[in-house]
Amino acid sequence: MSGGVDSAVAAARAVDAGFDVTGVHLALARNPQTYRSGARGCCTLEDARDARRAADVIGIPFYVWDMADEFHASVVDDFVAEYAAGRTPNPCLRCNEKIKFAAVLDRALALGFDAVVTGHHARRGDDGRLRRSVDLGKDQSYVLAVLSRERLAHAVFPLGDTTKAGVRAEAARRGLAVADKPDSHDICFVADGDTRAFLAGRLGTAPGDIVDATTGEVLGAHEGAFAYTVGQRKGLGLGRPAPDGRPRYVLSITPVTNTVTVGPAEALEVSIVECGAPVWTAGPGPEAPVECEVQLRAHGEPVPAIVDADPDGLVATLRRPVRGIAPGQALVAYRPDPAGDIVLGSATIRAAR
Amino acid sequence: MVYLDHAATTPMRPEALEAYVTAARDTGNASSLHAPGRRARRVVEEARERLAAALGARPSEVIFTGGGTESDNLAVKGIYWSRREADPARRRVVASAVEHHAVVDSVEWLGREGGADVSWLPVDDAGRVRPDTLQREIAAHGDEIALITAMWANNEVGTVQPIAELAALAAEHRIPFHTDAVQAIGQVPVDFAAAGLAALTTTGHKLGGPMGVGALLLGRDVGCTPLLHGGGQERDVRSGTLDVAGIASFAAAVEIAVKAQAELAARVGALRDDLVAGVRAAVPDAVLNGHPTERLPGNAHFSFPGCEGDALLLLLDAQDIACSTGSACSAGIAQPSHVLVAMGADEALARSTLRFSLGHTSTSDDVAALAAALPAAVERARRAGAVRANL
Repeated sequence: MSGGVDSAVAAARAVDAGFDVTGVHLALARNPQTYRSGARGCCTLEDARDARRAADVIGIPFYVWDMADEFHASVVDDFVAEYAAGRTPNPCLRCNEKIKFAAVLDRALALGFDAVVTGHHARRGDDGRLRRSVDLGKDQSYVLAVLSRERLAHAVFPLGDTTKAGVRAEAARRGLAVADKPDSHDICFVADGDTRAFLAGRLGTAPGDIVDATTGEVLGAHEGAFAYTVGQRKGLGLGRPAPDGRPRYVLSITPVTNTVTVGPAEALEVSIVECGAPVWTAGPGPEAPVECEVQLRAHGEPVPAIVDADPDGLVATLRRPVRGIAPGQALVAYRPDPAGDIVLGSATIRAAR
Repeated sequence: MVYLDHAATTPMRPEALEAYVTAARDTGNASSLHAPGRRARRVVEEARERLAAALGARPSEVIFTGGGTESDNLAVKGIYWSRREADPARRRVVASAVEHHAVVDSVEWLGREGGADVSWLPVDDAGRVRPDTLQREIAAHGDEIALITAMWANNEVGTVQPIAELAALAAEHRIPFHTDAVQAIGQVPVDFAAAGLAALTTTGHKLGGPMGVGALLLGRDVGCTPLLHGGGQERDVRSGTLDVAGIASFAAAVEIAVKAQAELAARVGALRDDLVAGVRAAVPDAVLNGHPTERLPGNAHFSFPGCEGDALLLLLDAQDIACSTGSACSAGIAQPSHVLVAMGADEALARSTLRFSLGHTSTSDDVAALAAALPAAVERARRAGAVRANL
């Protein structure tokens, strides 16, 4: 229970469904005051209080579990290391993989609980398949697609059949004070939402060149290649326009030479996406190449593709090219379905061309 | 509900509740000059006399406060400031390493913000300050010491300190000695004058009185600079409108707790011994922390190797058994206990503790319920502990 509206309503629904429910709030900050203040994040003392009050209203026991060490080792340090390596990680996905459905779930199972219930907007129906939420704008199946069948067997997502607006209305009906609490958006452990400053604080500054992909000409300087993401246009600070007057985008980041390479939008277009070892949400992966849709970033548009995988890696051939695919993000494969697109599996993007 | 957390707070005695309600029905500020004010004042002064008599103090030595934390803060900071003002060389605060956070944090604050030098008195593996340790500290720094503070009995492991011996050493050198007796009163005999103390902290809700009211017993000749400024209601050392109903109730509870102390110690002590035997039978490798004999009759404090205390607490709570990990919390997160660490426990053992504390409403059924529930809880907590260890 993060202290937000989703997990509060999820807990209440789990009680209604007849489960014996215990509320758990995760303390993820080594020092809660150092994390963001206000009601936006998942880590503040105020959020812990909101979660506790929701548990009171629902009528369930409530505990705070200290997962700060695990969170730092598995999520924060990984986040920094991935940026340092020129990739763009998704810490929410990593948190689900390593904390909520690993450290928390394992502890819960050991203590005699059967499942972890969360307020994620996703469905896991009677067939056990992970599906998109009915609220496509709030769908969070992308950050859950990293869970294996064994993990998903112990996951309950009570909110997948309801829109966010419906969840808020239900929270108000249930007398939960968090009904109107603003959504959290940014990364919970980046206090002020300034990821670039957060990374600079941990990685220091490392001045280097911004280079034109076509000519090799040095166009400008940067304070650290980690601050850039493939597909980024804003904040390059190049001062002068390209000769053809068209905007330039980050095409790639090369940590070894500490170089950021920029070029025109069409140079961002890729049709082949290479990934690391896949995780299949329904057991063994497909034997043959599979026709499906892939989503290549959180809240990204699904793209038709053919996915060919073996246990060590996955290659997706896109039916139409897309722009700005950042290594480090997840590729999530879906099978379109009228009852909610089914998550087939996911893999971390290594390269795209 | 099996309530094994009397050291956190214990049910109000019926007489104390009655005294509270009676006084709360009446109107009157004890500082007012009219008849209702005089009635309120009379209730306060009678309470002061009863409380003083029960604890071996004079009525004028009773300063009513908002509870144990305020009394500790007032004693530690107030006596330090007063002594340092009288003699700038006296800027050292000596405190046992196992104090409650109300004392620990006050002392640390004086060290950080108040120009104090701090000496922490080490304890033995049972949690006792040895008198010769204090003697050496006084020999080394006697002329600099502003005050010495050591609790009468520890809130976590229940160890009772040799307070009279420690206070006598302080008195020899005319150093004020403060003790936090919050856990001790009603469990062991406590006499302010006989122990030779300069100041003593007590509070209502640990002995059958209400929350939010306590007292500092402060010797008449002990200087103490106020923390709270205002109307000067309590000897000009503590300001704030007196909580008439709370004070009446608190005094009633102290009187009963002191009168019933020997009976409670015998009855609850026997229950506690049964509890210890039951825990050991259920979990053979459980370690009883604290002193084997010099401990509060209601206290049983264990380490359960391989378990995290908060996991055990959750599992027992789910079976309607209320106990405590015994250590301080920050936003609900268990920290390893400074008391256990001072007693030489490693961090894992200091996180694996549960405190069971009995009181005036405890029964043998409570003890039996714990013994029945514990083995399964420990087994699950061990599995959870192994999961974390493998991460």
